[in-house]
Amino acid sequence: MKNLLKIANKEFTSRLFIGTGKFSSSKQMQEAVLASESELVTTALKRIDMHNAEDDILTHLKHTHINLLPNTSGVRTAKEAVFAAALAREALDTNWIKLEIHPDPRYLLPDPIETLKAAAELVKLGFVVMPYIHADPVLCKRLEDVGVQCVMPLGAPIGSNKGLKTLEFLEIIIEQSNVPVIIDAGIGAPSHAAYAMEIGADAVLVNTAIAVSQNPVAMAKAFKMAVEAGRLGYEAKLAPVKNQAEASSPLTSFLN
Amino acid sequence: MHNFKTLFDTYNWDSSLKSIFNKTAAHVTQALAKEKLDLEDFKALISPAATPFLEQMAQKSSLLTKKRFGNTIQMYAPMYLSNECQNICTYCGFSMTNKIPRRTLTDLEILKEVAFLKEKGYDHILLVTGEANKIVGVAYLKKAIQLIRSQFSNITIEVQPLDQEEYELLIEHGLYAVLVYQETYHRDEYKKHHPKGKKSNFDYRLETPDRLGKAGVHKIGLGALFGLEDWRADSFFTALHLRYLQKTYWKTKYSISFPRLRPHSGGLEPKVEMTDTDLVQLICAFRLFDEDIELSMSTRESEVFRNHIVQLGTTSISAASKTNPGGYTLETESLEQFEISDERSTEEVVEMLKNQGLEVVWKDWSQFEARQPS
Repeated sequence: MKNLLKIANKEFTSRLFIGTGKFSSSKQMQEAVLASESELVTTALKRIDMHNAEDDILTHLKHTHINLLPNTSGVRTAKEAVFAAALAREALDTNWIKLEIHPDPRYLLPDPIETLKAAAELVKLGFVVMPYIHADPVLCKRLEDVGVQCVMPLGAPIGSNKGLKTLEFLEIIIEQSNVPVIIDAGIGAPSHAAYAMEIGADAVLVNTAIAVSQNPVAMAKAFKMAVEAGRLGYEAKLAPVKNQAEASSPLTSFLN
Repeated sequence: MHNFKTLFDTYNWDSSLKSIFNKTAAHVTQALAKEKLDLEDFKALISPAATPFLEQMAQKSSLLTKKRFGNTIQMYAPMYLSNECQNICTYCGFSMTNKIPRRTLTDLEILKEVAFLKEKGYDHILLVTGEANKIVGVAYLKKAIQLIRSQFSNITIEVQPLDQEEYELLIEHGLYAVLVYQETYHRDEYKKHHPKGKKSNFDYRLETPDRLGKAGVHKIGLGALFGLEDWRADSFFTALHLRYLQKTYWKTKYSISFPRLRPHSGGLEPKVEMTDTDLVQLICAFRLFDEDIELSMSTRESEVFRNHIVQLGTTSISAASKTNPGGYTLETESLEQFEISDERSTEEVVEMLKNQGLEVVWKDWSQFEARQPS
């Protein structure tokens, strides 16, 4: 039986989550999302008109297998994030929220202090909280303590396509976590995604690498396959890495 | 370093310009190979030595822009609220001594202009005035912002420099960004072009972005008016200003605009010409210098130029702009601050962008402060 990913009360067949920014049209975004077979798609609240049923981005995401994950991109404080989440819940009829608080507009690096504060409050308000954070194992445990349903550490600065630069810390997070670990930023190639899955990440979130490629639809499919391959490899238990060939037992053969 | 002026005063215009002209092809190659560029790299990229590398710069600029901003262009519309002005600026149609009819929009007139822009699809607006503190001071600006706040996701102003507390007040009422161009960083030339009015105070203007940063504004727009002085030196000082601000007010976003002197009712010819090639070089140089800075292009530039520049590093543009108060619905024939060059309609520009595979972004901001629009 396939080992399904479960976040809060929802089960996911696909372990690939997609972001909707940077595509050259909403139609292209839709085609890429469909090709990826992703079931969880995140979109920035600041980009959509929540009170307009005809909103271009939302209209293109209306498929029964796609769950919409609004994110708070653009907010700078916990207070703003809580306010944005409340608006989203009311207008979009979902209590899921991807918590992104990045007061630094250049590298969009998450503010750990505000994120922890907002996460605690949002959990109390009944949200399923998915926080975007640094690959900080202690912060992950603190977030787990306040009741988040998963953690989303970054592999590299968002949009950088540099891969798993935070590998050492991601491995510790995966080792210690009691909630799903979703690697959120910096994944720039299918091989990065496969690697993330091989080290035991529960899912990955990809946006720039798909949206900005020459062929977003084909790239979305490539990521789908990479995530599946990586996961399968993880579940099949990778053979250990060895630095030299192992001969028969020259040191202990005398025992025979 | 308490403010930019302290840093600025340690630089000399002539020696800065000379060091730009001393850059060689080797410096340019080095800058092109780097991921994080410093001010010396920027000088190399705007130097005459970089001209043979223009295509390479453009390719890199285009790639970096797409990586950071995706295949998108943000649309905005300027809306002139008043042409009252107590400054003399040698290059501006609104200059105090110009004998033109003066107009300041009333609430009803503002709403009429707003309705026109909303109909076209605009959701990011730039409010513009001259400097006339009794007529279009902070109280007027605050009222205008309150009046339109519920209709726009993103409100920017380009008005006279204000004090920190005044900015704080406007931010509280929904102001997102402020554009304040130094015009020129050449102190003496600045004096020549701004002989009278509050604007003649070079230092007060120079320190405006510091006051904005302290007030916690979301975005600050910088720039120089090209044509007043050597564009290379002015661009270097703009880059110096940018780097200082980024390090000091790290929560603020920055944008750069590239206004070139245009014909207007007052008639100043550019002292130093900036060609199309120069402008492309500069835009690419800024993108290579800074991957995430917003680069803005107005309708001052021609149709052909704008059709190409949207692929080269620019991230936001306006269309079918009117640069006189009431220009969209009330006084469609009256005198403008400067003549626009790209006269296509919003629909035509949107079509052009779509045909180039660029998504037109109307809305990219929401006010999530825990205050309801009043």
